[in-house]
Amino acid sequence: MIMRFVDEYRDPDLARALAARIAALAEPGQQYKIMEVCGGHTHAIYRFGVHDFLPETIELVHGPGCPVCVIPMGRVDDAIAIAERHDDVIMTCFGDMMRVPGSTGSFLEANARGADIRMVYSPLDALRIARDNPDKQVIFYAIGFETTAPSTALTLVRAKREQITNFSVFCNHVTIIPAIKAILDSPDLRLDAFIGPGHVSTVIGCRPYEFIPALHGKPVVCAGFEPLDVLESIAWIMQQFADGRCEVENQYARVVPWDGNTQALGVMADVFELRPHFEWRGLGFISHSALKLSDRYADFDTELRYEVPGVRVADPKSCQCGEVLKGVLKPWECKVFGTACTPETPIGTCMVSSEGACAAYYNYGRYAKKRMHVEV
Amino acid sequence: MCLGIPGQVVAFLEETDQLAKVEVTGVRRNINIGLVRDEGIEIGDWVLIHVGFAMSIIDEDEAARAMEGLKLLGEQFDTEVEEIAGSRIE
Repeated sequence: MIMRFVDEYRDPDLARALAARIAALAEPGQQYKIMEVCGGHTHAIYRFGVHDFLPETIELVHGPGCPVCVIPMGRVDDAIAIAERHDDVIMTCFGDMMRVPGSTGSFLEANARGADIRMVYSPLDALRIARDNPDKQVIFYAIGFETTAPSTALTLVRAKREQITNFSVFCNHVTIIPAIKAILDSPDLRLDAFIGPGHVSTVIGCRPYEFIPALHGKPVVCAGFEPLDVLESIAWIMQQFADGRCEVENQYARVVPWDGNTQALGVMADVFELRPHFEWRGLGFISHSALKLSDRYADFDTELRYEVPGVRVADPKSCQCGEVLKGVLKPWECKVFGTACTPETPIGTCMVSSEGACAAYYNYGRYAKKRMHVEV
Repeated sequence: MCLGIPGQVVAFLEETDQLAKVEVTGVRRNINIGLVRDEGIEIGDWVLIHVGFAMSIIDEDEAARAMEGLKLLGEQFDTEVEEIAGSRIE
């Protein structure tokens, strides 16, 4: 097979050896569907043509682990409504969030209409803006899985300690395990194994995935972000199949502690509590899948400070992000992929973030797909 | 946001705020080290940074490896560095 990107791998010989090992472990006639949960992995897979190293019987299915992609339109609308109705509000968010479409446009478009919505690198930058603008109300529009939730939590701890009263958080943090459970319960998709997220696991550790082999009989390997990490994780999964084992393994042990980061988990437990349910774009409402501020931090909760429209808005009919996020559709199978929906004019969230499957495929993969596979 | 970027600790700042100065590809910025303090972080250590917070202490080889991988991502790496350069955590 053509290994177009092999020279870009840190150790091309190792990449070839892993590819050979994976191919040797694949049972003839058997199909394997492996979901990479994390958008960072999706990006790396397309960028480095990881598919090219795999036999055609191994299919990588993209999962829901893209923080921007899972934000429903209604939550974008809510933030825009708050920013547009209150002249003294400065809404802040990560750069990835600025172009996510709501039903009245994106944050970027709301900005052009006169709302003050700014990109920040860190929630601590948002807190500094609050400190620098005592006559304004600064809101941090928090998104992300457990990778970013501890950062929001520590920022709130500091805001409380410094009694910064013109700062609040519009909390959209989500948790990865309920999303994986929703996918496992989905009748649309048959998966054989999971490549576990890397940096989410630095926070939660590997134990929370143990129900997947125990109850669902599917291996999980937490993986690093280099293409070699992804390949090695696939080799580990295939080895589990060959050995008749089914367990959680940690390929990224150089960064991911088995028990996670106890300090991060501690501060999250103090600052947040689970919402009874939360809407995910494409996946619908999932119980206990998102975080809100705990009673101890209620004074900093944007949703308690302001009237939030809270209107549920359906995705545009043409958008199939939901199917893409569940791994049921490949990006190129969506009706509007690359035509009406492009990174410049995204209809759905998967085309906005570089971690979204559609953007990753649009930027790298669509060229690879046209290539002929030739044995060498 | 999810990839994280390696930085090297060059100075500790005010204790209560859990801040340290780190160098990321030649740019020096402040980050929070509260989540790795119990691990005994020292000047010269490498950390993996997400949105202005050190999430883990990593060794120098891992830092070099992660940086090499990020640079290959091209535009996404440039954006991350630009965003860090624009950060003014105090």
